[in-house]
Amino acid sequence: MNADARPSVKPVSSAVGPLGAMGAVFARDVRVAFRQRQDLLNPLLFFIMVVTLFPLGVSPEVAFLKQSGAGILWVAALLSVLLSLDHLFRHDFDDGTLEQLVLQPQPLFLLILAKTAAHWVLTGLPLVLLAPVLGVMVHLDGNSIAILCLTLLIGTPVLSMIGAIGAALTLGLRSAGVLLSLLIIPLYIPVLIFGTGTVAAAAEGAPVAGYLALMGAFLVLAVTLAPFASAAALRISLSNS
Amino acid sequence: MSEPLLQAIDLECERDERLLFQNLSFSILPGTLTRVEGPNGTGKTTLLRILAGLNDAWSGQLLWCGQPRMAQRESFLRNTLYLGHRPGIKPLLTPMENLRALMAGRREIADGALARALEGTGLSGFEHVPCRNLSAGQQRRVALARLLVADEPLWLLDEVFTAIDADGVRAIEALLQQRAEEGGAVLVTTHHDLDLPGMQRITLGTGGQYER
Amino acid sequence: MWQFFHKLGSPKWFFGIATRFMPWLLAAGAILLMAGVVWGLAFAPKDYLQGNSYRIIFIHVPTAFLAQSIYIMMAFAAVVTLVWRMKLADVFVKSVAPVGLIFTFLSLFTGAVWGKPTWGTWWVWDARLTSMLILLFLYGGAIALDRAINDEKSAARAVAVLVLVGVVNIPIIQYSVEWWNTLHQPSTFKLTEKPSMPAEMWVPLLLSVLGLYCLFGWLACVRMKTEILMREQKTRWVRELIMAERG
Repeated sequence: MNADARPSVKPVSSAVGPLGAMGAVFARDVRVAFRQRQDLLNPLLFFIMVVTLFPLGVSPEVAFLKQSGAGILWVAALLSVLLSLDHLFRHDFDDGTLEQLVLQPQPLFLLILAKTAAHWVLTGLPLVLLAPVLGVMVHLDGNSIAILCLTLLIGTPVLSMIGAIGAALTLGLRSAGVLLSLLIIPLYIPVLIFGTGTVAAAAEGAPVAGYLALMGAFLVLAVTLAPFASAAALRISLSNS
Repeated sequence: MSEPLLQAIDLECERDERLLFQNLSFSILPGTLTRVEGPNGTGKTTLLRILAGLNDAWSGQLLWCGQPRMAQRESFLRNTLYLGHRPGIKPLLTPMENLRALMAGRREIADGALARALEGTGLSGFEHVPCRNLSAGQQRRVALARLLVADEPLWLLDEVFTAIDADGVRAIEALLQQRAEEGGAVLVTTHHDLDLPGMQRITLGTGGQYER
Repeated sequence: MWQFFHKLGSPKWFFGIATRFMPWLLAAGAILLMAGVVWGLAFAPKDYLQGNSYRIIFIHVPTAFLAQSIYIMMAFAAVVTLVWRMKLADVFVKSVAPVGLIFTFLSLFTGAVWGKPTWGTWWVWDARLTSMLILLFLYGGAIALDRAINDEKSAARAVAVLVLVGVVNIPIIQYSVEWWNTLHQPSTFKLTEKPSMPAEMWVPLLLSVLGLYCLFGWLACVRMKTEILMREQKTRWVRELIMAERG
């Protein structure tokens, strides 16, 4: 090897700020995901299949589906986010990029925020975009579908943010996937209740602004607090490996 | 005599109810090359991970430029380069993309410099091939290319010679020595028979009897 | 102050103190709980709506109280674990989590038994019941995570993070009564308001709550002492203790 390109020891110059580092993390995750596009489809297919199970397993009657459609879609979306979370840090952990991420001279919670944002764009957002089609299939009316999509749009980032904590805590453990679900599902319940509650209120003609504001508050809370918890959890898991 | 970059005082680490080391004190001065040695399972990798800031299950004191490291986190991370067992290379990305991503959180660096670094590790022609199509040795070389653009004063290198051919080993040895002469500090663990002039050693033995 | 704090972190010191206090805790707990329960079951007046079936609150309310406050205590200990890395806090969280799980289960069970004569069904999907069920899941998750991680220190810190995240759920439990308007009665006790029950009902209730707290303290000491012995088995003071026991 020749070392011509290397400068000598001196204080580090032209440092990158946190925003630049976040952008790089986000861009890398999106690029890696698009190199393996098949994996992006999996949560979506899972989402569709879970929704399909309800008419088959419970009842295909229009009245039942109309009433339970929003709940079915929310549960299916929740499960498919949960399913995708196991990969959030695992590949990075296995190939060592996670170590390098933690050692970047940047606030770790911001880097995790960027990673989780990438996760949402790659899994949560496609679910939101697919929801209207499935909404029609379960006979929801136009207004309900619009409200449902809105609640999913606000709610799925919360699912990703909270889920990242569980993914970080179970990193490197045997049977991490099941454990992750055990830890995270209880924390998802409030989001689920308000997500479906909003649609139900809309169907009865009640005003939904208050519900949406509350979900917005969940989102703000999750975005501001969850990355700190994920960062702490990640350090603990890496320290143990 | 210059100030030590990193100073360890009475380090102690216990792992899975086994004492790995105790009362371990040493200083890493600029311009030195240090080898951490000891049989398997004596905590070489653990020590390096502790020094890098990845493992925090230790007690004792670590000083960075004379100050407690905890209080100097950003300065420490900015000036330290750690290469672990796992190379930190994404198999789906090309060497160029990998190198860019690894440097991205640290400092701005021109693509030309990165390309020259890859060329320096013998990877010219492979810049745009996904890393999963490269051999294990070539993947390690992608990680090692970072050393050619690194300006961090402290390098912590865990098993750098793994999967590297004889020519590569000689080149790395030369690089490490040159780095020390320039005033950088290098800490390595290796099973390869490394013996360079002026090299310091930190020897880890088998863990002592557990007693408090 | 700091010295006291430091001492508190020493498992050996705690072991001694706990051994001294445990008989008192047990005695106080047994007397208070006995008094509260006997008074409540045998002497307190009938409820004019529910008759005698309401009397299960003398078990139900204390267990529900404990179930929630154990989680909050665990959250405080979790902060101590993460900030000061005090060994005793780890031991506390690990030891009391199963106790919390059992109290939560008991409160759900007694609630179901109470629900049958009152609402005509064992289970209602009402806000308070559901949030107690979520609390049960939270305890279960903390215990499962603790078991899954081999390294003791890492396990303690990971569980601490999880408990702190979970504690966000406690306000939701507390305010869920106001959020959802359901079948369940409003909270029996409110610290800020005068109780709406007659004194002959709430005094025995208060006694049994206090009694159960004391019993919990005793149980926590027993479990923590066991855990400390397991962890410190290689240290000199534990060996000396065992030698002394053997005579």
